Amino acid sequence: MNHILKIENLHVSVGDKPILRGVNLTIKHGETHALMGPNGSGKSTLGLAIMGHPGYTVTEGSITLDGEDVLAMAPDERARTGIFMAFQRPMAIPGVKMADFLRHATTNVRNPDRKEGEELIPMREFRKELKEKMAHLRMDVEFARRYVNDGFSGGEMKRAEILQLAMLQPKFAVLDETDSGLDADAVRLASESIADIGREKMGLLIITHHDKLLVHNPPEFTHVMLGGRLVETGGKELAVELHEHGYDRIRKSYPEAEAANQEMLAEETAV
Amino acid sequence: MTTTSTLTFDAAGFEAFLASRKDEPQWLTDLRRESFSHADAMDWPARRSEEWIRTDIRTFQIKKFAPPVEATAGDVPAVHQLRDGVEPGGVLETYDSQVISESLDEELAAKGVIFGSLERLCREQPDKVRPFLYTVVDPDYDKFAALHAAFWSGGQFLYVPRGVVIEKPIYLGSTLSDGGTDTAHTLIVLEDGAEATVLHECNSANPEAAGLHMGAVELIQKPGSHLRYVNVQEWGHKTYHFAHQQATIDRDSQLQWTIAAMGSGLSKVNQSVDMVGEGANCQVNGVMFTEGRQHLAYHTQQYHRAPNCHSDFLYKSAQQDKSRTVWRGMIKVDKVAQKTDGYQRNDNLVLSNHSRADSIPGLEIEADDVRCTHGSTTAKVDEEQIFYARCRGFTQKEATRMIVSGFFQQIFDRITIESVRDALAAAIARQVREYE
Repeated sequence: MNHILKIENLHVSVGDKPILRGVNLTIKHGETHALMGPNGSGKSTLGLAIMGHPGYTVTEGSITLDGEDVLAMAPDERARTGIFMAFQRPMAIPGVKMADFLRHATTNVRNPDRKEGEELIPMREFRKELKEKMAHLRMDVEFARRYVNDGFSGGEMKRAEILQLAMLQPKFAVLDETDSGLDADAVRLASESIADIGREKMGLLIITHHDKLLVHNPPEFTHVMLGGRLVETGGKELAVELHEHGYDRIRKSYPEAEAANQEMLAEETAV
Repeated sequence: MTTTSTLTFDAAGFEAFLASRKDEPQWLTDLRRESFSHADAMDWPARRSEEWIRTDIRTFQIKKFAPPVEATAGDVPAVHQLRDGVEPGGVLETYDSQVISESLDEELAAKGVIFGSLERLCREQPDKVRPFLYTVVDPDYDKFAALHAAFWSGGQFLYVPRGVVIEKPIYLGSTLSDGGTDTAHTLIVLEDGAEATVLHECNSANPEAAGLHMGAVELIQKPGSHLRYVNVQEWGHKTYHFAHQQATIDRDSQLQWTIAAMGSGLSKVNQSVDMVGEGANCQVNGVMFTEGRQHLAYHTQQYHRAPNCHSDFLYKSAQQDKSRTVWRGMIKVDKVAQKTDGYQRNDNLVLSNHSRADSIPGLEIEADDVRCTHGSTTAKVDEEQIFYARCRGFTQKEATRMIVSGFFQQIFDRITIESVRDALAAAIARQVREYE
């Protein structure tokens, strides 16, 4: 099926401070989009707004998946409808084992109508699949017995996010700086893992500062965010250009957005 | 059932209570009379005293409760959570502290194990009971302790002879009727090298039941003995719960004591483990989980009276709604207790803006070569944790439930008895609600 995630004229505020100021973006199933932009431009905000973070208020615009109103859904309903985000900073949940967390998550996402307290997917079946996926991602089985992100290194957290992506098999995934804080080997492994999961099976929005993740996952589209708007869209070559030359050209070409970006950055540092 | 009696815990009530004791030995009646005269002379705890400054008992009116009388036909236990999947070696059920059923495996009886109603065994085997009764708990500690000593009834007694190992758990079930009173006394004695596991659960006829529990627990361990004692307290949420629970453990003995406190409207419990012989080792696991307007105050003491003993107390508490827990811990080390290794910790998860956790760790150390550590943490459920879990398909409630279970996991990891882990997990899951 040809799924479509459509973001139209999206305005998002945190408190009374506007962050996103009219974002338009359409991602089709099987496409990979790169989202680049300087610090404070609103990239992570877009991801969090797509997932429905309670601290981010949509003041205008819409997000739809196959025509269904995503904004009307709670975060868990969004997950169950097939939207995923790999967090830049995943939360630790002490005392809860990765395997138990993932079994519950996988059950809920695969059975969107599951009611609380209903059966989880059978343990044996789940373990087998988890083991296969972990082997594929070259992860130690011991990982599944550790508490969710508790005491994980930066690299382990990112790999745990990719494992979750592999298990939940969403229709659309936002990867928020899944490559940041990783050394070259870890980035290569992460990139290959994402490629292995099969990006043709999802629509991907990769938020990144670097081009490393994009080498293994070449984007069909590259979007540049500045001051809470997508100011430019191009192909893979745009990602390469931004990586090599930075954002100077973009900042000069869009003075209004640049001013907004500076303002947002100043407020962010003030907080 | 609720009695229509107007008797209460005064002189007339005490005489009526004594008259209802059938064939009670004189020494016991004397003990009761002495305790009653002490209780009568004592004031209720003063609000200003350090022990009661956080626990307000002004709403408690003892005259609303009657001393326990005989059990009535048709009295049945409320629930059996700790028995699920367990083949017990002995079972004793009480209703308003009156024993309604008791049994012990013949094989254990043949080995000299004595188990059953404490009241009955005071009559039938005084030579086994009398040397131990009230050797641990102080009946003059406060008015509640003295009233209990005067009015205790029914109760449980377990005696395990030297070297006898009881593999199957001993099960104690206590049920309190709506408006009823439980004054049961629990006395457990393990002779040298003996081993036992005791599972004790306390429930009310319904979760909202009013009632009064005024109890005492005495655990006596001789050298090299090994006891696991589990108490799941789910008294009704309008029940007053006053208890003195104390263990004396001798040389090279081991005690694992697990308390899960979910019930009662107001609890004030003093728990102490006295290590009186070299190399004694105790681990105490406490879970408190409160809701509504519950107020649970647990005062724990780990008292090192001999060298080379190890004590490890961990209390984890979560508070919902307008509830409050008070944990006050004390590691006490006598001058002779060199090479003491003492640890105490209390972690709190505050689940509502209106709930509260008081955590007061304390040390009193007179020896100079010891290692004592204590710690206390208080935190709220992190909204970002909830959001993260919801992004993985968990509902708000499922996410909260999982985070709360995770918080208690550290205690579960220390409990080796499966039925206890299951009962605790179920009790916690029942109590968790949705937070907005």
